[in-house]
Amino acid sequence: MTAAAATPRSSRLTALGAEIGSWSPTLKAGAMIMGLILLSAIFAPLIAPYDPYYQDFASALQPPSLAHLFGTDNLGRDIFSRVIYGARIDLQIGAIATYVPMTYGVLLGAYSGFIGGRFDTLVMRVLDVAMAFPFLVLIIVILAILGPGVQNIYISVFLVAWTMYARLARAEMMVERTKDYITAACVLGFPTNRIILRHGLPNVINSSIVFSMSDFVLNILLVSGLSFLGLGIQPPVPEWGAMVSEGKDFILQAWWICTLPGFVIVLTGTALSLIGDGVAQRLGERHHTIV
Amino acid sequence: MNRSLGADVADRTAGSDTEPRRIDRPLLAIEDLRVEFSTPRSLTDVVLGRRMQPVRAVDGVSLTIAARETVGLVGESGSGKTTVGHAVLGLYRPKSGRILYAGEDIARFNAETRRDFRRNVQMVFQDPYSSLNPRLAVGRAIAEVLRFHAIVPDQEINGEVRRLLTMVGLSPSMAARRPRGLSGGQRQRVGLARALALRPTFTVLDEPVAALDVSIQAQILNLLKDLRDRLGLTMLFIAHELGVVRHMSDRIAVMYLGQIMEIGTTDEIFGAPRHPYTQGLLKAVPRLQAVKRHRAAVLQGDIPSPIDIPSGCRFRTRCPMAELRCSETPPEKQLSPTHMARCHFAMP
Amino acid sequence: MTLTTAEMKESKATGRSPLLAVRDLVVQFPGRRGTVVANDRVSLDIRPGETLGIVGESGSGKSVFCRAVLRILPSPPAMVEAAGVLFEGRDLMRLDRASMRKLRGQAISMIFQNPMSSLNPVWPIGDQVSEPLRLHKQMSRADARAMAVQLLRRVGIPAPERRVNDYPFQWSGGMLQRAAIAMAIAGDPRLMLADEPTTALDVTIQDQILALLLELQQESGMALVLVSHDMGVIAETCDRIAVMYAGRIVELGSAAQIFNVPAHPYTHGLLRSIARPDARKARLSSIPGQPPDMAVLGPGCAFAERCALASEECRATRIELRMVGPAHAAACLYPERVPGLGEGARA
Repeated sequence: MTAAAATPRSSRLTALGAEIGSWSPTLKAGAMIMGLILLSAIFAPLIAPYDPYYQDFASALQPPSLAHLFGTDNLGRDIFSRVIYGARIDLQIGAIATYVPMTYGVLLGAYSGFIGGRFDTLVMRVLDVAMAFPFLVLIIVILAILGPGVQNIYISVFLVAWTMYARLARAEMMVERTKDYITAACVLGFPTNRIILRHGLPNVINSSIVFSMSDFVLNILLVSGLSFLGLGIQPPVPEWGAMVSEGKDFILQAWWICTLPGFVIVLTGTALSLIGDGVAQRLGERHHTIV
Repeated sequence: MNRSLGADVADRTAGSDTEPRRIDRPLLAIEDLRVEFSTPRSLTDVVLGRRMQPVRAVDGVSLTIAARETVGLVGESGSGKTTVGHAVLGLYRPKSGRILYAGEDIARFNAETRRDFRRNVQMVFQDPYSSLNPRLAVGRAIAEVLRFHAIVPDQEINGEVRRLLTMVGLSPSMAARRPRGLSGGQRQRVGLARALALRPTFTVLDEPVAALDVSIQAQILNLLKDLRDRLGLTMLFIAHELGVVRHMSDRIAVMYLGQIMEIGTTDEIFGAPRHPYTQGLLKAVPRLQAVKRHRAAVLQGDIPSPIDIPSGCRFRTRCPMAELRCSETPPEKQLSPTHMARCHFAMP
Repeated sequence: MTLTTAEMKESKATGRSPLLAVRDLVVQFPGRRGTVVANDRVSLDIRPGETLGIVGESGSGKSVFCRAVLRILPSPPAMVEAAGVLFEGRDLMRLDRASMRKLRGQAISMIFQNPMSSLNPVWPIGDQVSEPLRLHKQMSRADARAMAVQLLRRVGIPAPERRVNDYPFQWSGGMLQRAAIAMAIAGDPRLMLADEPTTALDVTIQDQILALLLELQQESGMALVLVSHDMGVIAETCDRIAVMYAGRIVELGSAAQIFNVPAHPYTHGLLRSIARPDARKARLSSIPGQPPDMAVLGPGCAFAERCALASEECRATRIELRMVGPAHAAACLYPERVPGLGEGARA
């Protein structure tokens, strides 16, 4: 699809290297931490020293040591291993809960902003209704009806999480629509779908991408919170929030059971925030012209 | 490539620089075009039952452009010149009136004839900073046009992109660059290349040099002139700078508040303007002579808003010659076969 | 003889010291690829009551100059230094902030390019014009309001007493610029800086605004610095002209000198490339190349890469302004080789 001749792999790698080299320290820091967490999640079986489900009552409630980096919980399970496997769960949930609604939210917003008129009005009213729902209450109600579990969390998230993305994309599209390159695309004979998807969308997606970083964090916190309340992931599945919940009863004797998973939640959230900031800065730089 | 539209008209060779061109059917004909925009009503307005006056951006414009001719369209804010340009490209639905390209009403095109139309009629935009997609490399933007319309076979696309870039005075190595790194003049050249990729017969240029530095303006104007002569393009050249219009145009139409006040050949308009607005416009342009001005302003008063167009002659609120009869709509006085002025007082 | 010495000699001779004497103004902006020197040792005198034009294209540094003098450049990122910026003898660079603030809007005022954004959209116009009167002249609300109406009338707003409560969105660009001018003259300035005041306006409105500015100048005797890229505007209004390129003044002289006997190739090229309504040319002459990338300027003349007369020496060291005629200076090694343009810059 490119006009330029296919670039040889080596120059693509150097281009990639140059790109990463030009990242701000914020972005690099966030990316490194997140990368670490991601790799741990992917290579969990190789990194985790113990089976996260294996209970060894003899070693219950052990403080952090060389044998058990994060200590053990009341059932003798190695917390470090559980945190690592937990990363899989939390990252997966975060990704699905964030990027699935983002996809259809941005599309809806982009079309709505571009086409305007009655379609736009309709979408906006639906959006108003969706936004009016107190999110947490909605989730709890749905989970209470349908029962706890990841699937049901997804259902409630998918119902309302798209709204912010739709709003952001719509607002940006309404601005881009006035720009000459969109008019040019129309004058060049391109059909409307192509103009919206190929020309408009890449230029309106910036704010949504930045927001998705925060959204990712919030979704992880949401799941952790729900698990803490007993509505999310059920034991014995290792999930960070669930671990914090289980550990709260032992906070005085064995602080490490809830604190260390909690720390990992904070670390993930921080990494994502850093990436969000870095991406925002980067996209802002790129989008604005150097006159 | 279906070139039926306009091909026969464009093939007729044009006359010399001084002779009016004798073409049986003009390439583009605008017939009594009216374009209105409605001002948005707030809830208060609806509740109070206020009827909003529409903005009559184009209020009865008729114009013909012959093949290979360049017609300049000049006017200040609110004149409607940009709207005419956009309407010619079919971007607005007119309230009334028709636009005929090669004799066909553009409002009645089906998908296929519209595609042909788009291939034949292109536009160059004013703002170099918003007329290119910031995320597309320049070469890809042009290639997309070539590919979508199948102008050349796939394997020749790269070559064609290079040819187009060279034609507009850019180095072919620019193809990989994004608009962000290019100057205003370079971006305008890219916009031009993109428009010319379709090998159009007719182009509308909407203030193509207004946003550029003076030293770059001259380069781009020379380029436009060269390409026009080489490719035999027909042009509608919209500008607010009279000097620029004079340089490029065979005939010039002067617009004010949605209507053409005067139209004639370039020599007629600059040598013997007959409408007080044209005269005022010419006098108001600062001379390039180091003589400090001591004169008062040529025209007093503000340009009225297109929502509230004066009755009768719309220029009468600022016209130094205005009299009682100017509250009647002035006739179109044909001062010569090519020269028309819309004024009670116009005489050949 | 450098320009500064020449200027100082002249002021001694006429007994009029300059109203504003700028010496070696340097304004820098740090950038990713290198520091941009937006004003590179700019020296200029402005005499009382004169109209000085500063002409240049984008990147020339002309707007930055005005803002640096008034010290309204956000700093950081701007870094501003000067050997001296003497306004009526006081060095503006060394003035404390309170004193500087007292000068702004009173002794020295400024109007900007875009009238739509020069005024606060949420305040009525009358309030905005009254504000400098209340602040600088300690007028009461009622008095300031009355004075504001008078000022608006003076700048040509019809029926100002009825319109004084209008909001900016209700007025056209030309009227807003008049309101901005009203605000600028409210303090009886001795110097007004006008940064492209008519660029955003239609030609017939520009005509009115220029007439207004010159009228006001005649009445009050204030000096006017008119910054523009439009040579026609400058020609019609200015007594003296400074031509700027890439942050430096490349030529300085009277309007007649600049237009008839330009001594710098850039000035010459600029004049010749303008498409004018009063002449028809088959081909416009244009300056080849592009304005330079300010982040990576070489050691020599910034115009050398586009100049037909450039030599190795031009590229090697920076060329200072040197006298080429009575009160006429150009930063060029070969001013005698720049073709003259004759009366009215006819091609």
